[in-house]
Amino acid sequence: MAIIKESIRNQITFSQIPFGEGLKKGVQLTPEELIKVVRDSNIRGRGGAGFPTGMKWSFTAAAKGDKKYVVCNADEGEPGTFKDRVIFSNWAKLVFEGMALAGYAIGADEGIIYLRGEYTFLRKELEKQLEEERAAGLLGQNVAGKEGFSFDIHVHMGSGAYVCGEETALLEALEGHRGEARNRPPFPATCGYLGKPTVVNNVETFAWIASILVKGADWFKGLGTEKSAGLKLFSVSGDVERPGVYEFPFGITVEQLLKEVGGEGAKAVQIGGASGHCVPASNFNRAIAYEDVATGGSIMVIGPQRSMLDVLENFMEFFADESCGQCVPCRIGNSKLLEGVRMLQEGECTSKYLNELCKLAETMQIASKCGLGQSSPTAFLDIVKYFRRELFSGQAF
Amino acid sequence: MLIIQHKKTIDLIKDLAEKHGRQRNALIPILQDIRDKCGQISDFAMQAVAEELKIEPTEVYGVATFYAFLGVQPRGRYVIRLCRTLSCDMAGKDDVARQLENDLGITFGETTKDGLFTLEWANCMGVCDQGPALLVNEDLYTQVTPEKVGEILDSLRCPA
Repeated sequence: MAIIKESIRNQITFSQIPFGEGLKKGVQLTPEELIKVVRDSNIRGRGGAGFPTGMKWSFTAAAKGDKKYVVCNADEGEPGTFKDRVIFSNWAKLVFEGMALAGYAIGADEGIIYLRGEYTFLRKELEKQLEEERAAGLLGQNVAGKEGFSFDIHVHMGSGAYVCGEETALLEALEGHRGEARNRPPFPATCGYLGKPTVVNNVETFAWIASILVKGADWFKGLGTEKSAGLKLFSVSGDVERPGVYEFPFGITVEQLLKEVGGEGAKAVQIGGASGHCVPASNFNRAIAYEDVATGGSIMVIGPQRSMLDVLENFMEFFADESCGQCVPCRIGNSKLLEGVRMLQEGECTSKYLNELCKLAETMQIASKCGLGQSSPTAFLDIVKYFRRELFSGQAF
Repeated sequence: MLIIQHKKTIDLIKDLAEKHGRQRNALIPILQDIRDKCGQISDFAMQAVAEELKIEPTEVYGVATFYAFLGVQPRGRYVIRLCRTLSCDMAGKDDVARQLENDLGITFGETTKDGLFTLEWANCMGVCDQGPALLVNEDLYTQVTPEKVGEILDSLRCPA
């Protein structure tokens, strides 16, 4: 199957960085200096949770272990997200470089790409490019000419489980278990894959590292907002004229973004995927950034003709299906919320019961074991809050 | 099952264990290969894998049933997965779903009698900008319309 390239809608900054340059520059530094550059750039995890990458690397570097691992989370399962697929199709080598740099920084010699089963069609090309990197001396022994630094990467296929995007569930899957999230602490930085210190980062996070080394930490830090540094890739879909992958600085407002993608007139935008926030038109002045509306890049635009009840049903069906079933708040909670949505569709939900469901949703946010259950009721609460009238009347307003 | 088939399964699993190793982290790659080669992860295969990796068969069953792309049910030669998540839904996946059901004569979750096609729902497949999307085994089809469904199925029945 042909690799899809036509969905890149504007200039992606890191695409201008020649392959290999960031890695060659990085291994000239000491691991401590490299971590400092990453830390100074203020880059935060591009998967959505937004943990500072430099801090993650320094914890893992400081952790004791005879063996350490670098894991690339390519289990891009959040509804509405497809930027990682586009990154791999176009700039996979930047991701490999980012992983090698992480390996150099923390003292690991092995990297694993956990690629979601849905992207099996990418595997052959990735493996071909890994081979090219080895031939170019950018993977294998003495990486980029750095005496004594070995690093290699292999691809591990996922098998269709949304929860494996959660890093500890991903590690369980890598180890050959059911993808059920672990208790934290210990965090992967000290006890990750096979109990060894492990850095787990998103595809996009790794892809930015090379450009940070080439252009400098200050360049990256100067973009975006104070708390959300840098540029970000967005996956835009739904009721827009120009869907696809866009690069914008953090801090862009929903309104500005809609103008760029041809989505003016939307009644709501789902930001951050099914587990993210539903922002109604009255709040389109809000900024997309970790400190306001956070996102791993998923932007699903909902046009005026859509029923929010249908949207909500779609999300709750998703979570009821994808909950791993390990903990009760998530397993039962998502089913109850879905049941409630169905009652609303039948016009049989009392106000009191809807309020009870909202309390249940809040309980799930607190009591669920992992990010899936903690974030799955977010859209439910938002839609009930902003579209209550529509939910009760069954008509789009 | 015939003894000769048992023997074949055991040989396959021994080969896969040689290829992927006998550590626990080899389990999923082994199951993925069994699925690809046999179209199903049978009870017998799960027991043989457990034997080979020195783990309990229930552990293998637990893993095989956890993942949507593994599973213990027999599937057809072509597994057709239609994305049902919001963007593909808004792009018209319901019409595509209906046409798939009509043209195949089965509903979602079923396999055609000739063992050629299995129809399943999938959650977001990461092509939200070009929906409705469907996967046939590993191959991706984008912007699928009801009128394209017949063409796609014909191309699978009689590959050029």
